[in-house]
Amino acid sequence: MSRTSVPARRPAGLKAATLPKWFPWAVAAGSVALGLGISTAAGLDSGIQWALIAALLFVAGSYGISARLEGRRQAKDRVATSLIWVAFLLAVVPLASLVYETVRRGTKVLDGHFLTHSMGVVADTETGGGIYHALLGTLEQVGIATAIAVPIGVLTAIYLVEYGRGRLAKAITFFVDVMTGIPSIVAGLFVLSLWIVVLGMGYSGFAGSMALAILMLPVVVRSTEEMLKLVPNELREASLALGVPKWRTILKVVLPTSVGGITTGVMLAVARITGETAPLLLLVWVTNFINANPFQDPQASLPVYIYLQYANSGGSGAAYDRAWAGALVLIAFIMILNLVARGIARWKAPQAGR
Amino acid sequence: MAKRIDVSGLNAYYGSFLAVEDISMTVEPRSVTAFIGPSGCGKSTFLRTLNRMHEVTPGGRVEGKVLLDDEDLYGPGIDPVAVRREVGMVFQRPNPFPTMSVYDNVAAGLRLNGSYKKSELDDIVEKSLRGANLWNEVKDRLARPGSGLSGGQQQRLCIARAIAVEPDVLLMDEPCSALDPISTLAIEDLIGELKERFTIVIVTHNMQQAARVSDRTAFFNLAAVGKPGRLIELDDTERIFSNPSVQATEDYISGRFG
Repeated sequence: MSRTSVPARRPAGLKAATLPKWFPWAVAAGSVALGLGISTAAGLDSGIQWALIAALLFVAGSYGISARLEGRRQAKDRVATSLIWVAFLLAVVPLASLVYETVRRGTKVLDGHFLTHSMGVVADTETGGGIYHALLGTLEQVGIATAIAVPIGVLTAIYLVEYGRGRLAKAITFFVDVMTGIPSIVAGLFVLSLWIVVLGMGYSGFAGSMALAILMLPVVVRSTEEMLKLVPNELREASLALGVPKWRTILKVVLPTSVGGITTGVMLAVARITGETAPLLLLVWVTNFINANPFQDPQASLPVYIYLQYANSGGSGAAYDRAWAGALVLIAFIMILNLVARGIARWKAPQAGR
Repeated sequence: MAKRIDVSGLNAYYGSFLAVEDISMTVEPRSVTAFIGPSGCGKSTFLRTLNRMHEVTPGGRVEGKVLLDDEDLYGPGIDPVAVRREVGMVFQRPNPFPTMSVYDNVAAGLRLNGSYKKSELDDIVEKSLRGANLWNEVKDRLARPGSGLSGGQQQRLCIARAIAVEPDVLLMDEPCSALDPISTLAIEDLIGELKERFTIVIVTHNMQQAARVSDRTAFFNLAAVGKPGRLIELDDTERIFSNPSVQATEDYISGRFG
């Protein structure tokens, strides 16, 4: 009896109905048209309600038509595919819109003058002025933070992967995890209480760098650790079996093999701290003048500059434009860092050419 | 500078697990000794105790004596790094350093241990690559990445890298198990040439290979899974494969094992 039921469930042949390749596009176009039509007909004045209706119609439409013409399994496949497309658009639309707005508003005052002048004698409501002092401050603060966090972080990761056994390693891993969760304002408060309140130092770029380094450290440790774990153990053994001491093995075999990934991790950590505002407000304060010395007196920085230009604009279009241009420079800076990191990762990656 | 190895009463542990128990044997200089036996019987573990690579594994621990000529490798004050310079090793899977060129791979052992003049290095690299029968195939692409060679070439590159530091003993842990028959033949021929200069110990699962390349063969076995591996017998290869003195060896070689 079971012998008769099995063939019955088989399809008649290997060929099955397939909808043409343009089918998803046609459904998408149809849903957008229908969504626009419904919202105009119903008199909805919101800008994006039509898009939500269109998205729902797209998912439901793909399923309905496909289930009818192709079968249940293909219909489920199409629903999954269309859901992923909808999710993709939901994620990309804000990003694209953010970049578009920043570029559109930021390019108004972004020019050579803007990049090479400070706000020294420019009142908030006047036009002119620039971000030179803030750019300089950000470069110095982030540079010092990187110089503190990268050696400590990479050495910690090397200890954890190559040497660490037992309690100490476990404790370090645990504290690195805890550090990952420290809010930036808390890191700022910590340095504020220790450096400025207890030790009596003044506001300076260096104080901000210390807070940034605290935020950067766990990211560097984690990413370096993952990269070192990816280095095959056979390479370490091959080197040890040649009579190379362990420290030279790490320096000459393990690190070069993973340097691309480590660089990428460091650059991502740099990108993350470049946009930090809260600890800098607490520790570096702000100035409208150029201060090239990160160890003394307040410095400006890009995130704080953007915030203050916006907050103190007092309805003036000039300050508002400067805030957007500052934001554009910040985004461009981080994007360039990421591109450089990718370039280094590709350049240093182990090659398998013949 | 081939040297004799004398092992007596050697136990190897992983943590508290005794993997290899009470092994005593002598490996003659300028000869090829093959280790055969079922998987998990401790051949590779024992091989790795001969250049102190066993202790690189977390929890790895060794008791007993390994004499290289007259020096105990596990004696007090012995530097494992120095031991590994005298006793080189080739692994099961070819493992050239991926960031280095063919040339740098061969020179790695020397460069990482000290400084050499460019001309000296050139000579040693050429000599080692010739010694590994690889020179003619790679002489035009010494600057290319070592990982771009074929599997068999990579393994010969690893052998060249191992012999470049002029060890006294060369340990090979299933060096052909990841290679095709032609590359295997190339490496077996090479082993025949290398034994003029080095003491060679080779672990293999391929009994024809043991019969082809080795002068002496050691058979390892374990009583049951979870029990330590032991040396059953060590004798001239011809005798092991024609008329072994222990029944278990004959059973294993004739395929009646287990």
